[in-house]
Amino acid sequence: MIGTAFTDLWYGFGVALEPHNIMWCFVGVLVGNMVGVLPGMGPLATISILLPLTFGIKPVGAILMLAGVMYGAQYGGAICSVLLNLPCHPPHAVTCLDGFPMTKAGRGGAALGATVFASFVGASWGITEMIFLAPVLVRVAMEFGPAEICSLMLLGLLAGSTLARGSPVKGVAMTVLGLMLGIVGTDIETGSERFTFGMTHLDDGIELIALALGLFGIGEFMNSVNQVSTVNAKYAHVTLKDMRPSREEMRRTIGPMFRGTLIGSLCSLIPGTGPTIASFVAYATEKKLSKTPEKFGTGMIEGVVCPEAATHSSIQGDFIPTMSLGIPGDAVMALLLGALMIQGIVPGPQLIKEHPDIFWGLVASFWIGNILLVILNVPLIGVWVKLLTIPYKYLYPSAMFFACIGVYAANNDMFQVGEMAVIGFVGYVLLRLGFHPAPILLGFVLGPRFEENFRRAMLISRGDIMVFIERPISAVFIALCVLLLGLQVYVRLRPKKPGDIVVPAAAE
Amino acid sequence: MVERLVRKKDFYAGGLMILFGLVMSLKGPSYRLGSLMHMGPGFLPTALGVLLICLGLAVGAGSLSTADGEEEDILPENREWLAWGCILASPLAFMLFGAYFGMAPGTFACVFVASMGDREATLKGSLILSAFVTFFGVALFSYLLQIPMPILTWRGL
Repeated sequence: MIGTAFTDLWYGFGVALEPHNIMWCFVGVLVGNMVGVLPGMGPLATISILLPLTFGIKPVGAILMLAGVMYGAQYGGAICSVLLNLPCHPPHAVTCLDGFPMTKAGRGGAALGATVFASFVGASWGITEMIFLAPVLVRVAMEFGPAEICSLMLLGLLAGSTLARGSPVKGVAMTVLGLMLGIVGTDIETGSERFTFGMTHLDDGIELIALALGLFGIGEFMNSVNQVSTVNAKYAHVTLKDMRPSREEMRRTIGPMFRGTLIGSLCSLIPGTGPTIASFVAYATEKKLSKTPEKFGTGMIEGVVCPEAATHSSIQGDFIPTMSLGIPGDAVMALLLGALMIQGIVPGPQLIKEHPDIFWGLVASFWIGNILLVILNVPLIGVWVKLLTIPYKYLYPSAMFFACIGVYAANNDMFQVGEMAVIGFVGYVLLRLGFHPAPILLGFVLGPRFEENFRRAMLISRGDIMVFIERPISAVFIALCVLLLGLQVYVRLRPKKPGDIVVPAAAE
Repeated sequence: MVERLVRKKDFYAGGLMILFGLVMSLKGPSYRLGSLMHMGPGFLPTALGVLLICLGLAVGAGSLSTADGEEEDILPENREWLAWGCILASPLAFMLFGAYFGMAPGTFACVFVASMGDREATLKGSLILSAFVTFFGVALFSYLLQIPMPILTWRGL
């Protein structure tokens, strides 16, 4: 097994090291790192803007670049948290707690240096996990019939919507809405048009890019306009020399780094618990294990390193179900899966066999990308700090243009620009009503495949709905679904203990 | 009880879900339901619609169990009507100017309208920003990425 893994990885490096692929990977991590630093621009909006521009390039290059944006943004987000106390991206909210006090004490550079190193270790572990776990999962998943696929999707959707932030009921409602939006357009089996309301532009369904940019671009801009204060960068003077942690600090980071990595990889194995939960659990664990828990929040390097290692290890681990089963864990993964589908590649267990260049190229590019990020972050830190001071009033109008032209370029269709505006408005209303729009994207991407497999399962079982419980593998998934819902009810009804970690909703 | 409900955010949240669910479950059957074995195109939409109505009821009912809080405002503290309007109008400006006059005027209008939403926006600042983005945007998208959209055109009114 180890032998084949190495052969495959070797092949992957061959793919990822092709000049144009390396270039796209570089562009991806560079852009990702940049938007990670910029307050008010998330990886979701960026990936959706870049998505139409990838139609012209080969699938491998496209997916390497988009994935690069995703993990590159995490490196940038750490800079934002540590130097400015701005939790731009949810997983980095806890990094602020100890990162910013370190910056105030003049050790911000060292915190960043240690973070970059810990992130690399976390990511490397996540990638290794992907190399060995994904082929095993695929071997199991190849045996799945439509009933099993259906139950698995149900589990993925439920986990993705209930374990994320906010109320689980609202999360499930958003998933259902997403499934519904996925139905809009011509039905594949019968050819009848559904919910198009006579608009021929909607025959091909709602455009994924318009949906993503409406929800996470326009919705987000409406949320942050005139709310983002000018960044206070008075502590943010970091030079290359400052980034070397002292020997004492280095010694203190080793333990937390590996604990964080482990927590992150465990979290990535449970569908739906993404990097945000991983980083919060990591911080809480580190605080509990520490001999001086009262010092946390005053600039402990352990409190910076552990969540960051967890975030990165969990993000790389999130790719496992996405690439091997075709079940995305969160909205970003759903978007990447959507990008593959636009390129004409069917996600699912057969992906690794049919498109080994994509899978192994991606795995290898993770390493190349992470090394690039370490190289980029260390000397370019000054540039990133400068970027932070770009005022939001210049940023969001430019981003609006990128969103408009991006949606237009997807199909050369002005109608979809309007579609994006309408979705953006609805998305903002939903956001104000306390709904988190991320599960919509999950439901939207999985919707058509869910319907297809559900129909097929019903046809095979002659309309017997019990087939989902009678087939053993499917029954396990359904049992897990029930367990998940039961746990949610239990957690809700249980009286809150003061020690519970609460994920701040403000860290959107 | 109704008076208490109308002050709750979740009441409206649930209501909106019920509304969506109603549209789906009422429109769904018109696409032919079929049987469980041979599902028609209307089956899943109808089922999802009913599910969404149930979820909407659950969300709405949940609002009864929470105490009256101050965080029940649907609108945020600072109501940025102008900014919201500008952001939503910006894609429409892009559509209109883009379709009739081409990419450059579309870009200019889109950025200009959006930037006027900021409280500190000045006419001069917005004009400069729009010109800047238009210049680089056209260079990038039209020349480098070859997006098939005329830079300047006149399609009559």
